Amino acid sequence: MITVVLPPHLRTLAHVSGDVELELAGAPTLRSLLDALEARYPMLQGTIRDHATLERRAYVRFFACEQDLSHEPLDAPLPAAVASGAEPFFIIGAIAGG
Amino acid sequence: MSKVRVLVGTRKGAFILTSDGKREKWDVAGPFFAGWPVYHMKGSSADPNRIYVSQASDWFGQVIQRSDDGGKSWMQPGTPPGESTTTPQGQPKGESNKFVYDTSEKTGKPLTTHQWYDGTQHPWEFKRVWHLEPSLKDPDTVYAGVEDAALFKSTNGGKTWEELAGLRGHGTGPKWQPGAGGMCLHTIVLDPKGQRIFVAISAAGAFRSDDGGKNWKPINKGLKSNYIPDPTAEVGHCVHRIAMHKSRPNTLFMQKHWDVMRTDDAGDNWREVSGNLPTDFGFVIDVHAHEPETVYVVPIKSDGEHFPLDGKLRVYRSRTGGNEWQELSKGLPERDCYVDVLRDAMAVDSLDKCGVYFGTTGGQVYASADAGDTWNPIVRDLPAVLSVEVQSLP
Repeated sequence: MITVVLPPHLRTLAHVSGDVELELAGAPTLRSLLDALEARYPMLQGTIRDHATLERRAYVRFFACEQDLSHEPLDAPLPAAVASGAEPFFIIGAIAGG
Repeated sequence: MSKVRVLVGTRKGAFILTSDGKREKWDVAGPFFAGWPVYHMKGSSADPNRIYVSQASDWFGQVIQRSDDGGKSWMQPGTPPGESTTTPQGQPKGESNKFVYDTSEKTGKPLTTHQWYDGTQHPWEFKRVWHLEPSLKDPDTVYAGVEDAALFKSTNGGKTWEELAGLRGHGTGPKWQPGAGGMCLHTIVLDPKGQRIFVAISAAGAFRSDDGGKNWKPINKGLKSNYIPDPTAEVGHCVHRIAMHKSRPNTLFMQKHWDVMRTDDAGDNWREVSGNLPTDFGFVIDVHAHEPETVYVVPIKSDGEHFPLDGKLRVYRSRTGGNEWQELSKGLPERDCYVDVLRDAMAVDSLDKCGVYFGTTGGQVYASADAGDTWNPIVRDLPAVLSVEVQSLP
């Protein structure tokens, strides 16, 4: 079971109050995690990655295990501690603007 | 007794202000969608309980919200509560937030680039919905003006959107370029009697379709913009806002970057009606609900200084269709006022005594229940106001 921590605005949009838990088949990747997240919460489509290009939105970042995973390849395996559920996967809105 | 509902989009959420026909005491509801910029919210004149909202953030993109009960509850039309969140094929929904430019051959040579700030060509990239214009007849039909400039249409209550690609594809698109606020289609005016649609784009100009949005042409003859290489070019003008009175669909009033303009032939020819305005820079313009020759603007000092002249917030009213303007100041700040009034932030109600409303970047929403003679703030301390619309209710 993978634990995903959404930023507050996306929690509101998805109508969830806490962390999100996802069950992924096989070795989880960033792509499979985002696919599963959007399948469970379709209202999040387009908020994390662009509707058309599926590129990560510029001000959205991915963190886990004290690493910035934002630029990792979509099909690279997620860290083992994330896959096992020992560590959460953070989706955050970058600190930008004022 | 009649009621009015003022729909206010702000930099940090939406608010709904309601009052009875006297328009003296107001209830304030909100913030809805707290923390998100709400570029625009507008109710359907065919079903006043149907309200569409454009919620958009640089972080998390575009979200369309809809209410079917006058703003008591909200949903994203692509994922209504109680319905399956996936298609029969197992694919997730969420189409209501999806604005994808038309690239098909069938609908006529859609463009892929426009002019960038440095004169080079730049790909069209969707950023946000600036304006939602519900059909005058069908609550499920709504138009969306977006950045980068294009016009979309939904015929299923905002569930899915299709581009009216003839606008970008009619030929002048490669010459459109972004203004300071981005290359946005911010104004949509529907002819109440026919198939005609007017739109305005910064910085491209005004355009008209006579067939419901299939075919388009620029309508900028008579505009003069000294800040572009050819001041009388076919396109490239920074039109800030267009307004029409429903009884005279061939007469339009325009607040351009500089200049207040008027046409009486549906945009084929424009003439300047700035007259005695102290400055003819500004963003908003609107027409009295019952007097088609009564027009309102809020003069702003200049394109470099987006605030009122001398720190005095003023509305100007012309009862002669332009040229002769009267300063309206009773109840408005007399000093130290340096707010702006953005392009979608003025509206009128249709009560017997026409009400006029506008919002400021300082978070005030001012109302006049006597056609502009006197003003009062409904609220003073909202986030910066991006848009104001009014519904007159029975």
